[in-house]
Amino acid sequence: MEYFAQQAINAIQLGAIYALIALGYSLVYGVLTMINFAHGDLFMVGAFFCLIIASLFPLPFVVILVLVMLSTGFLGALIERVAYRPLRSAPRVSAIITALGCGLVIENLVSSLSPYAKPMPALFSVTGYNLGGLSISSLQILIIGVSILLMVGLDFFIRRTSFGMAMRAISFDSRTVPLLGIPLNKVISVTFLIGAGLGGAAGMLYGLAYPVIAASMGVLVGWKAFIAAVVGGIGSIRGAVVGGFILGLVEVMTVAVLPSTYRDLIAYSLLLVILIFKPYGLLGKAPNQKV
Amino acid sequence: MGKVMDFLKKLGENRVILPVLLVVGFILTLAISQFAPLEQGLQSVLRELHLNTYVIALVGINVILCASLNLVNGYMGEFSVGHAGFMSLGAYASSIVTVKLLPDMPDALFFFPVIVGGVVAALAGFLLALLSFKTRGDYLAIITLAFLMIVKSALENIPYVGGPRGMLGIPKLTTLAWAFFWAVVTIWVLRNLLYSKFGRAIAAIREDEIAANSMGVRVREAKILAFSVSAFFAGVAGALFAHLLVFATPATFGIFTSTEILVMVYLGGIGSLAGSIIGAVVYTLLSNWLLPLGTWRMVIMPLILVLLMLFRPKGIMGFRELPWFLPKREARRKDS
Repeated sequence: MEYFAQQAINAIQLGAIYALIALGYSLVYGVLTMINFAHGDLFMVGAFFCLIIASLFPLPFVVILVLVMLSTGFLGALIERVAYRPLRSAPRVSAIITALGCGLVIENLVSSLSPYAKPMPALFSVTGYNLGGLSISSLQILIIGVSILLMVGLDFFIRRTSFGMAMRAISFDSRTVPLLGIPLNKVISVTFLIGAGLGGAAGMLYGLAYPVIAASMGVLVGWKAFIAAVVGGIGSIRGAVVGGFILGLVEVMTVAVLPSTYRDLIAYSLLLVILIFKPYGLLGKAPNQKV
Repeated sequence: MGKVMDFLKKLGENRVILPVLLVVGFILTLAISQFAPLEQGLQSVLRELHLNTYVIALVGINVILCASLNLVNGYMGEFSVGHAGFMSLGAYASSIVTVKLLPDMPDALFFFPVIVGGVVAALAGFLLALLSFKTRGDYLAIITLAFLMIVKSALENIPYVGGPRGMLGIPKLTTLAWAFFWAVVTIWVLRNLLYSKFGRAIAAIREDEIAANSMGVRVREAKILAFSVSAFFAGVAGALFAHLLVFATPATFGIFTSTEILVMVYLGGIGSLAGSIIGAVVYTLLSNWLLPLGTWRMVIMPLILVLLMLFRPKGIMGFRELPWFLPKREARRKDS
C-alpha cells in the first residue's frame, strides 16, 4: 500500500508535467484547430534553454524559469509567424505536415548540435521530507507547485481577462471574430507564446526531475503529452489537465506492475481506445459538421 | 529543344513501346543479378555517380511506398502517418517466413514471403480503415500515429522477433529484378484501380465525403479498399526492404521513415503516379548524395518538406499525369 502511495506522488509529479505540455497542444488547437506537432520539440528546447542559461549565469530559480518561458515562447511564436501563418487559408493537411516537418527540423537540429545526452545541473540543493512513511523531496513539491500555479494562472487568464475572452471567441468562431475588431493575428501570436512558454517551463521542470536531457525527449515525452491532450479532449483546457494526470497515473502504475518497456505500448493503446469510444476525448465537444 | 519535346510527347502517346520497355527493363535487371561481370560493370559505372546497386534497389522500394501512400494521402485526401508501421509489419512477417519457417526456400520463391508480408500489412490496414470511419483529418492522423507507435513498441516487446534488437540474419534476397518487378506491379495495379469505379469513388470522397455518401458512393467500401491496398504495398515494400538491408529493427520503421515517405509523396505531387515515381527517384538519390552530411541530412529533409508546403504545396506533378500512367480510354479523352 505504501509502495502505491509513493508511486502516486511520482504519478502526480509526472502528470503535472504532462498537463503543462498538453495545455500547449490544447491552446493552439482551440484557437487554430490545428495540431502543433512541433510542440513536443519546443518542450525539449525549453530544457536545453534552461541548461544554457543555468550554466552561463548563476541566477535564482524563478528568474531562470521566466527566462526559459520567454525564450521558448518567442520561439513558438516565431514558428507560427514563419511557417504556419502563410498556410492559414491552405488545406488543413498542409498545416499538419508543416508542423510535423518543423518538429523534425528542431529535433534533428538539436541532436546535430548536441549528439549526446547532457546532464542537467541542480539549481538548488534538494532536501527530502518524511510524511508518515512517504518520502517527498523539495524538488517534487516545487515541480507540483509551479505546475499548479501556472495552470491556475492560465485558467484565470482565459476566463477572466479580455485577451482570454478574445481567445475563447476565436475558438468559437474564427471567421466572425476578426470582423468585430479583434486582432486575430495578435491573439494567435500570444496563444503560441503562452502555449510554447508553458511547454518550455515543463521542459525545465522535467529536466530538473529527471536530470539527463537529450534531443529525443521531444518525441518520447512531448508526444506522450499529446496523448494526454487528446484523451482529455483536445481544445479543452481543463481536459488537458485531466488527461495529463490520467496519463501520468497510467504510466507510473504500468511501470510499477509491468516491465518498463510496456509503458509506450500501454500509453498509445489507451489513446486508441479512447479515440474509438470517445472520439473527441473525455471533456471535448464534437464539432458541428456543416454540409 | 522543341524537337526533343515533340519526340517525348510522341513517345508518351505510343502505347506499344511501354510494355516493350518494361520487358526489356525486367530482363536487364534479371541479367544483372544473374551474371556477376554485368553487375560489376554496373557497379563501376554507378560508383562514378556516387551510387551503388543498393541505392537503385532502394529507388524501386521507395517508388512502391510513395505510390501506395499517395493512394490514401493524395487521391483520397486523408492524412496517414502510419505507413512505416505497415512497412514494419511486412518486413517482420516476411522475415519470419524466410528466417524461421522456411529457411531452405529456393530464392526464386521469394515472391511468397513478400506476399505474406503484404497480406499481414493489408489486414492491419483493414482494421485501421474500420477505425477511420468515425474520424477524419486531424483525428485520423492521430489514429495512424498511435498505430505506428503501438506496432513499434509491440515489436520491441516480442522476444520471438528479437525484441528491440530486431530480426538478424535475414537472407539478402531482394535483387534489382525483384525491386523492379514489384514497383511495376504496384504502379500497374494502382493505375487500373484509380481509373475504375472505385477510383472515382475515392476522388468523390476526397472532394466531399458527405456529398459522395448521399450520391450513393459506398464510402466505407472504398475506404476499406484504399487502406488495405495501400497497406498491402507498404508491406510488400517493407518485405523487400528487410531482405535488402538483411536486418529489421523496430527503430528502423519509426516516425522519421514515415516522414521520409511523406516528403517523397508531396515532393513528387499528390494525386499523380508519375509524380510518385519522380518524387521517389529524386528523394532517394538526393538523400544518398547528402549522406556525407551525417545527421544534418535529417535537418535538411524535413526542411524540404516545410519549404514545399509553403511555396509549392502541389509538388512537382500535383494532380497531373503523364499519358503512360493513364489507361488507353482516359488518355484519348484527355486529348480531345
